Amino acid sequence: MQFFLEVLIGGLLSGVMYALVALGFVLIYKASGVFNFAQGAMVYLAALSVVGCMEKGAPLWLAILLAFVIMTLFGIATEKFVLRKLVNQPPIALFMATIGLAFFIEGLAPMLFGSEPRALDLGIVDEPIPAILDAWGIVISKFDLVAAGVAALLVTTLALFFQYTRIGRALRAVADDHQAALSIGIPLQHIWAIVWGIAGFVALVAGLMWGARNGVQFALTFTALKALPVLIIGGFTSVPGAIVGGLIIGASEKLAEIYLPPVMQSLFGGNFGGIEGWFPYVLALFFLLIRPEGLFGEKHIDRV
Amino acid sequence: MFKSRKSVSIAAVSVVLLAQGALAAEEQFFPITSYRVGPYGANGQSFFGGFVDYLNYVNIKEGGVNGVKLVWEECETEYNNAKGIECYERLKDKAKVSSGPIHPMSTGISYALIEKTAADKIPMAMVGYGRTDAVDGSVFPYAFPLVTTYQMQASAIVKFIKEKEKGSLAGKKIVFLYHDSAYGKEPIVALQEEAKLNKFELTVIPVAHPGNEQGAQWLQIRQEKPDYVVFWGWGVMNQTALKAAQKVGFPREKMIGSWWAGSEEDTVPAGDAAKGYMSATWNVAGKNVPLISDIEKVVYGAGKGNLQDTSKIGTILYNRGVSVAVLSVEAIRKAQEKYGKGKAMTGEQVRWAMENLNISNARLKQIGAVDLLPEIKTSCDNHEGSGQVKIQQWDGTKWVVVSNWIEGNKALIHPLFKASAKQYATEKGITPRDCSKES
Repeated sequence: MQFFLEVLIGGLLSGVMYALVALGFVLIYKASGVFNFAQGAMVYLAALSVVGCMEKGAPLWLAILLAFVIMTLFGIATEKFVLRKLVNQPPIALFMATIGLAFFIEGLAPMLFGSEPRALDLGIVDEPIPAILDAWGIVISKFDLVAAGVAALLVTTLALFFQYTRIGRALRAVADDHQAALSIGIPLQHIWAIVWGIAGFVALVAGLMWGARNGVQFALTFTALKALPVLIIGGFTSVPGAIVGGLIIGASEKLAEIYLPPVMQSLFGGNFGGIEGWFPYVLALFFLLIRPEGLFGEKHIDRV
Repeated sequence: MFKSRKSVSIAAVSVVLLAQGALAAEEQFFPITSYRVGPYGANGQSFFGGFVDYLNYVNIKEGGVNGVKLVWEECETEYNNAKGIECYERLKDKAKVSSGPIHPMSTGISYALIEKTAADKIPMAMVGYGRTDAVDGSVFPYAFPLVTTYQMQASAIVKFIKEKEKGSLAGKKIVFLYHDSAYGKEPIVALQEEAKLNKFELTVIPVAHPGNEQGAQWLQIRQEKPDYVVFWGWGVMNQTALKAAQKVGFPREKMIGSWWAGSEEDTVPAGDAAKGYMSATWNVAGKNVPLISDIEKVVYGAGKGNLQDTSKIGTILYNRGVSVAVLSVEAIRKAQEKYGKGKAMTGEQVRWAMENLNISNARLKQIGAVDLLPEIKTSCDNHEGSGQVKIQQWDGTKWVVVSNWIEGNKALIHPLFKASAKQYATEKGITPRDCSKES
């Protein structure tokens, strides 16, 4: 039972890390109704900006600030040079544009800051908390708890922002229909620039946490892989859904990784394992069949 | 007047002859399928930087191999199989005229090229990766898993652990944590054989690609309480494993990685979590290898260095690139000894040389490459040529060698290659060469 709890808690905390990346997707989707393929690359760019600025001599706080400026400028540039031309185009056109954007960032970021993997020290040690280990024999790392706290704060702030601010409401209107939003005077370009700027900030937070955990390197772009099942489960338009989806994916994949292989081995023979690579997608597929809009997503109804 | 006319004539003839000589100057082509961008670009930059720097070094220092200038063309694969094949197709026409060995630097690409290179008579070296049963040259005449293979490496690691455990592993528990791919799975059979022989308990735990999430695996390791973890990681999986080991409190001094999990690119991003971690290697790091310091002086002094970031000179992967280039150039020398000094060698001729390499410590000393490579002696039935590794340990800032050369259990491992090669030959309808008739 103790081991089960340990795996479960470890999975939930990993899920929080997935949710951090998924949040960026939700923001862009809410604003433009498109799946931003470039979100993983943005996480990479943000983390690389931080270590790049630190290598040039900036202290951590200044490097984070400069990275935030870079991500904001990037968001504004994306709106100006990519999205503005695609207003009122089908979502697939926007989606294709984000694919191009992803490749552009993946090439640009290492050109600006170098491609070698680097450490990012946020001053939070990724070691078990001795008090919890002594009392319950369960490994919970200080770093994971901080990440969970950061994610909770981010989600609360974003949820309040979308629900109770004018920009939040305008953003939801834009997501529903670009042209209709424009016709009632909502400044679409400003809204998109703001949202991409915020998505850049979320990417920065995710990049800091993932970079501190695994090092800053190209593989940060892969973090986006786990965000897709998180979004399918939580819903593409829900900020709290990203967190819940992340928790479900994190916990279920870890439990599956531990407890499924012995069952499969006894049934089919051979060596199973390493299943957390595909398990989240199977789970997401299952959710798609029974609840396509996700747990917290808005049900899409078209008038005919 | 007559004398001066004669002088002019001699001078004119000399100029023509010199010009003809220059036109006829032989060039030895190297097809290079490299990766310097993409997910593993940082590793490729160091490796291929070292490789190209050594070719340049031979050109500058010796004017090529017996006067044959080394030339090359690079094609970017991004460590992608499809692009690797495309690059090969692009380079092979030039390589058919004269060719040093091609180094795909990717197990996936090397598998894809194994039949093509044999058909085109272009030798393919897979130094420290690739299809390991190609050790049996009777079935794979054009493929060379040189220096050492995953299986021999795993066996050498077991031998190292056994020495640490005062000669016995009976009753010990070893976890094999591996990248769930062909690369990661290759050593399992060798470790299973070693477990039977040495009576230790082996648990294998796979990690799904890319390996940036290993929480469940390390909790399982914590529960298993192994004496050692043998680790077969690649890319981000390496740093993640070191961090995850720290998280569950597993001592890094009990963790021994493969040579693809033992470079500065693997340990530096993991910070303090990497301190004490060990890995196998066939080449040492540092600039205290005479050849490496001389390359820096000669090549970078002449402004012809391949690396923009010169801090990579002397790193594990840079030195590994140099070690692989040394092997390639020695193969050209060997081929010239047989087929004619001062001539460019065809792929077929270089293939013969690679099968008859004999690089002794005395020769390595001449080159200034002692410890950059173990001694190599290849033959038709042994395309590996060494099977030795050293173990190194990360002290927090650099790799420190902590063992002498350790050879894997050849008597145990090589029959596995033979059996696998035989099966391949049957599947493909290949009649193996009779190695006793090869010279």
